Amino acid sequence: MSRTIFRNGTVLTAEGPVNADVEVAEGAVVAIGAVASVGDDVRELDCDGLWVGPGFVDIHTHLREPGHEYKEDTESASRVAAAGGYTSIVAMPNTDPVIDSGHLVRYTIERGREVGLLEVASAGCVTAGRAGEKLAHLDDLWAAGVRMFTDDGDVVADAGLLRRAMEYLAQLGGVVAQHAIDPGLARGGHMHEGPVASGLGMYAIPSAAETVVVARDIELVRLTGCNYHVQHISAAPTVELVAAAKQEGLPVTAEVTPHHLAFTDGDVGATDPAFKMMPPLRSEADRTALVAGLKSGVIDVVATDHAPHADHEKDVPFEHAPNGVIGLEWAAAVVNDRVGLDPVRFFEAMSVKPAAIARIAGQGHWLAAGAPANVTVFDPNGITEVQHSRSKSRNAPYFGRQYAGAVTYTMYAGAMTYEESGVLV
Amino acid sequence: MNHLLTTQDLDRDQLTMLLDTADGMVSLLERDIAKAPTLRGKTVATMFFEPSTRTKLSFDKAAKALSADVMSFTASSSSLSKGESLKDTVLTVQALGVDLMVVRHGATGAPWRVAEWVDVPVVNAGDGAHQHPTQALLDSLTLRQHFGTLDGVKIGIVGDIRHSRVARSNVFAFATLGADITLIAPPTLLPVANSEWPVRTTSELDDALTGLDAVYLLRVQSERGGASVFPSLGEYRARFGLTAERFKRLKPDAVVLHPGPMIRGVEIDAVVADDPRALVLDQVTNGVAARMAVLYHLLGGEADV
Repeated sequence: MSRTIFRNGTVLTAEGPVNADVEVAEGAVVAIGAVASVGDDVRELDCDGLWVGPGFVDIHTHLREPGHEYKEDTESASRVAAAGGYTSIVAMPNTDPVIDSGHLVRYTIERGREVGLLEVASAGCVTAGRAGEKLAHLDDLWAAGVRMFTDDGDVVADAGLLRRAMEYLAQLGGVVAQHAIDPGLARGGHMHEGPVASGLGMYAIPSAAETVVVARDIELVRLTGCNYHVQHISAAPTVELVAAAKQEGLPVTAEVTPHHLAFTDGDVGATDPAFKMMPPLRSEADRTALVAGLKSGVIDVVATDHAPHADHEKDVPFEHAPNGVIGLEWAAAVVNDRVGLDPVRFFEAMSVKPAAIARIAGQGHWLAAGAPANVTVFDPNGITEVQHSRSKSRNAPYFGRQYAGAVTYTMYAGAMTYEESGVLV
Repeated sequence: MNHLLTTQDLDRDQLTMLLDTADGMVSLLERDIAKAPTLRGKTVATMFFEPSTRTKLSFDKAAKALSADVMSFTASSSSLSKGESLKDTVLTVQALGVDLMVVRHGATGAPWRVAEWVDVPVVNAGDGAHQHPTQALLDSLTLRQHFGTLDGVKIGIVGDIRHSRVARSNVFAFATLGADITLIAPPTLLPVANSEWPVRTTSELDDALTGLDAVYLLRVQSERGGASVFPSLGEYRARFGLTAERFKRLKPDAVVLHPGPMIRGVEIDAVVADDPRALVLDQVTNGVAARMAVLYHLLGGEADV
């Protein structure tokens, strides 16, 4: 029987971090503690000084399959994610065709299984065709396994329509994930409205474009009781809205991307499309509020919004470039470097809470005997130098930079999917 | 300097040197044979990805007055309409053999992108609502001719500043040269978050008018944005137009500038536009000289401007 022993790491358990060995066999954690070195088919990994915790879960990945496989596909995205320490991702439904009915969900999940490097879950659209006009096949999506509903890439702008979706999903127990950008306030905008955009003469998007949507939606949560998740939160006032909603006991959660934790609109100064995404990078005051929000837990989780685009699509003037950057490979290092979470909060934000929000049953378990062997080993003192990507695309602001922290091992369902020395599978 | 992309990174010495060179070019243009052999054998490509009349003609004239060859390009007649990217277009033109590219583009920052892609100097002839540095040079030249200096000259820039590359270029050039600048516009046309700009702002033209040495009017750009930014052209004229009545209230030696094209009856009354104190045609003539100075320094003259 093949066994793996993670030796002497800081192990993240439900009772907190403990210095221990973790033994894995047959796809499950079998023991935590002092594990004897017996038997011949044993692989022992020295994890001294490393954090050994549940595999990361990204609840905001653009697989680009089906429809845009020249940017990314399930296989390339799985390799990228495994290298980033992820054992599960939630695919966003803005593919071509969009994922607004059950058979497309089944296709997405099945493709993930074929590749086999991690667990692919699928989000589904809130509205049919992601067109914002009528409800998608919510029951059909639910039956196919969708728990997170979003028109990501576009806001569900019609409050009446969103209210009906929330009433429906509240009963099922799903979560609405909102791409919170008011289309009127954002119209024609390419970056954050502030001194930088003003100097560039660039049409810009005020922070209020986000806050007006979140404030409105929180009213709808009061009305319907539906679980509500703010995607890629970008502005300081939105953090306050989420904090107040939580204080009130409403089922509101939020995610922040690594790039919003690492950069500001000041980095857009040279109009490099590698810094173009939606919502835009905002001010340093906003960035600081996002860092504080993630630390305190007001912002529950990190989500990458990994959004690949081909070189030829980004090698154009800023205003003509599509929104989005990749980031699955480096997310953990960027978060460790720019935020500096303790190991408990780190794995909570990268694994436990994302799995809970997206309701992925086999993921995000604090390590314990009997838990599924989805394990990520992270070296908080390692170095991630961003020089290349396993993605089909290269649209990222991280290239040429260095971040403190590195993923050492990723194990999915008991099989090693990444080692720092290279992808195994 | 390797390129001319923005006035924001030009210091006072650089601006002054360009203006001094332009003064010489003004004299050259006044000669019987208004042509010098300075750039013989050089090729200038004027690449206008956005419509232009005066700026394109002005660059053509400037290049030819220095004996450079000119290759022209306009977006409507190009392979862009067949789906060719901006990058491939400029690389193609470079491969044809050019020594300098003049680029106008509707997208902010496009000339910077071009400058990354090609190996020749790039002159920004206007990018989005961002920068139009040769306009700022010709305006500075015009004001310096009139007042002898820009130090302490009180300039009011009136109109759609938020969406104006002319305003952005001029604010930084004028300020570097010592002028005192007031931006005058409806709240929706003032730049947002402008606390770092070296300017005062107001929406009361009538209050600001009498203190000004120069009124710089901007065209009301109805094609920009598409969104409703002020109630009506009539209301704009009533509050912000340089009408004959307002013109009378200016200081007797104050002058009026406009980058063109003027919309008579909206931002400027015809009688004002035709007054000798309106320097609009001087600006056009100076535009050729200013662009000659830029081409000279980037292509032929002393290496460092």
